[in-house]
Amino acid sequence: MKIHIKNGRLIDPANGIDRPADVFVAAGKIAAIGQMPDGFHANKVIDAAGCVVCPGLVDLSVRLREPGLEYKATLESEMLAAAAGGVTSLAIPPDTDPPLDEPGLVEMLKFRAKNLPGPRVYPVGALTQKLEGSTLTEMAELTEAGCIAFSHADAPFADTQILLRALDYAATFDYPVWLRPQDAFLARGGVAHDGPVASRLGLPGIPALAETVAIATVLALARESGVRLHLARLSTREGVDMVRAAKQQGIKVSCDVSANHLHLSEMDLTRFDSNLHFLPPARSLRDRDALINGLKDGTIDAICSDHAPVDDDEKQLPFGESSPGASGVELLLPLTLKWAAENQVPLAQALACVTRKPAQILGVANGHLGVGAHADICVFDPEASFTVTPKTLKSLGNNTPFLGLELPGVVKATVIDGHVDYEVY
Amino acid sequence: MPDNLQLTPDGKLKHLLTLDGLPSRILTQILDTAETFMDVGERDVKKVPLLRGKAIFNLFFEPSTRTRTTFDIAAKRLSADVVTLNIAASSQSKGETVLDTVANLTAMHADMFIVRHSQSGAAHFIARHVAPHIAVVNAGDGRHAHPTQGLLDVFTIRRYKGAFHNLRVAIVGDILHSRVARSQIHALTTLGVPEVRVIAPRTLLPTGVEQMGVHVYHDMKAGLKDVDVVIMLRLQNERMKGALLPSAQEYFKLFGLTPEKLALAKPDAIVMHPGPMNRGVEIDSEVADGPQSVILPQVTYGIAVRMAVMSMLMGPTA
Repeated sequence: MKIHIKNGRLIDPANGIDRPADVFVAAGKIAAIGQMPDGFHANKVIDAAGCVVCPGLVDLSVRLREPGLEYKATLESEMLAAAAGGVTSLAIPPDTDPPLDEPGLVEMLKFRAKNLPGPRVYPVGALTQKLEGSTLTEMAELTEAGCIAFSHADAPFADTQILLRALDYAATFDYPVWLRPQDAFLARGGVAHDGPVASRLGLPGIPALAETVAIATVLALARESGVRLHLARLSTREGVDMVRAAKQQGIKVSCDVSANHLHLSEMDLTRFDSNLHFLPPARSLRDRDALINGLKDGTIDAICSDHAPVDDDEKQLPFGESSPGASGVELLLPLTLKWAAENQVPLAQALACVTRKPAQILGVANGHLGVGAHADICVFDPEASFTVTPKTLKSLGNNTPFLGLELPGVVKATVIDGHVDYEVY
Repeated sequence: MPDNLQLTPDGKLKHLLTLDGLPSRILTQILDTAETFMDVGERDVKKVPLLRGKAIFNLFFEPSTRTRTTFDIAAKRLSADVVTLNIAASSQSKGETVLDTVANLTAMHADMFIVRHSQSGAAHFIARHVAPHIAVVNAGDGRHAHPTQGLLDVFTIRRYKGAFHNLRVAIVGDILHSRVARSQIHALTTLGVPEVRVIAPRTLLPTGVEQMGVHVYHDMKAGLKDVDVVIMLRLQNERMKGALLPSAQEYFKLFGLTPEKLALAKPDAIVMHPGPMNRGVEIDSEVADGPQSVILPQVTYGIAVRMAVMSMLMGPTA
């Protein structure tokens, strides 16, 4: 398949490109930029007039709900949703049912995904068996099966001795470890940010301390073990400050923030809408502003969707009884554009947070459009907007806190591995 | 934080879910209406025909005796048909969801749901999902709100103190877990009480409680000084011993209301308690049964206040 994407504005943050340029794809790779190669005959032309052409998005946290949780969503539905959102590479957290703690499960997942249209999937293996925080997984075997890192998803990890050993073991083989920092005891029983709004609503709180205490612990353990650490989904101002300081001290640490946390705060909870129930909780406006600025100054490396489709039966419940999680892989690009527009962030810098930088964290060569690179491309209209409704979303999860909101950025085409996997024209 | 869910576009009460954000005009209207029902209980025929033919369902997802009984009496005095479901013991244990329960009762032509549930926000959740003609009254949701209790408390205060603008009110005890305290605070601050105090150890206070407009005290001697009203809260059994409090004995020593501590309040201060009381834990029997206690009148007034709420939601003038 040869594709000619013409008349677009090419933004490739990894190569410092932001100019009008055509893109030529052949044999799954970028064949040329700007000038059509001699003898190139496109079987497919995409007219990108008025559109941005950028590397396909790389999303560090997308739950596809397989295996085991197909009643919430399926591989088919969520991979299509990802492609519709311009996402061409995604990391899958290990909190499936059973968790991704055995090579066979990972191989099956990769095999299933490979035979479906849609993005490249990168499973993140469970750091401990059954995510119980007691026995290490076979990390070498899991890596061979396709895991690109190890994490504990949202499962509590209380025993710091075992955590240190897990980090030490991973560091032995230079396997990256991704942790969402949350002290299991301080967070116990909580469903919302412990602050004046939760107090008023009578919702049990998760204090900001649950994050900062865990970051302090994990950073100390990481320094000791030398592990490549990635902190997932920061939510507090103090957390951002701690990571900034750690980076300045030369600790090998990267971090991400979910798109939800760039736009929401505890103030949005007042209607007890269970679509606002996700983890970590949306925190204070002060925290939200620190995340916005931390991303802008580079302390936070990447934005992820933290996509977690939940079926209606588990969401249509009083707030505290509902399952946490928000569907969002299709909103990653629009919410990134909204953050950029509201905070005077140049488009190329914003797109780097969902392309080049998360690709570096994944440790893969995706996320850029140099000649010879994987032809993973997103074409979107930055001027168009759409209203978020269950109908405009392909995901089986209708659980987004942005329902009814108008968001900028409409994906026109998504090319993955040289194939057009999604197109609206 | 106003929630328009409970008001109609022209500003009338549609549901009663929380007192947070409800205008003082509505609160005063409820109290005034309650006054008109005060004599119904003293008649030979304790009934008025305001809600004749209306079907009211008590939906108690959590056990309750006093609140359920007073709602029951209030509805019957308004001539409504009342059905009480203790759902904690029925369909919930069979796996039926809250929404299914509500849909089934709607199919039985319900006009009003009185809801108690262990989850904060449960009454909002139900109100958001009921048919438009159905009114929802929150009879207690988690730690969030117990609006009719808050109303009957300010009704009691108005009866004994006449006005709100010159009062000092202290609420003592487990504010953290108390929906009663939250509703009291909203009612008192909305009606213009200039000084509302909460007295408790830090373990029993919610984060940022000052932002609800109260002054925080950790010491009964300072907190009770010159107050006009003392509201004691019930301490749940499971909180008496553990990581929140070391023991019931120490709690009583520090925060229990004794005649000596009450003497620090104004001489004509009244003592209130939403019930049921733990004598010897949060309150000394001598105080509970003493001349300053208005704990039993509170129960009587609770019926009039609940009649007022139901008639305003559903009566001929609603």
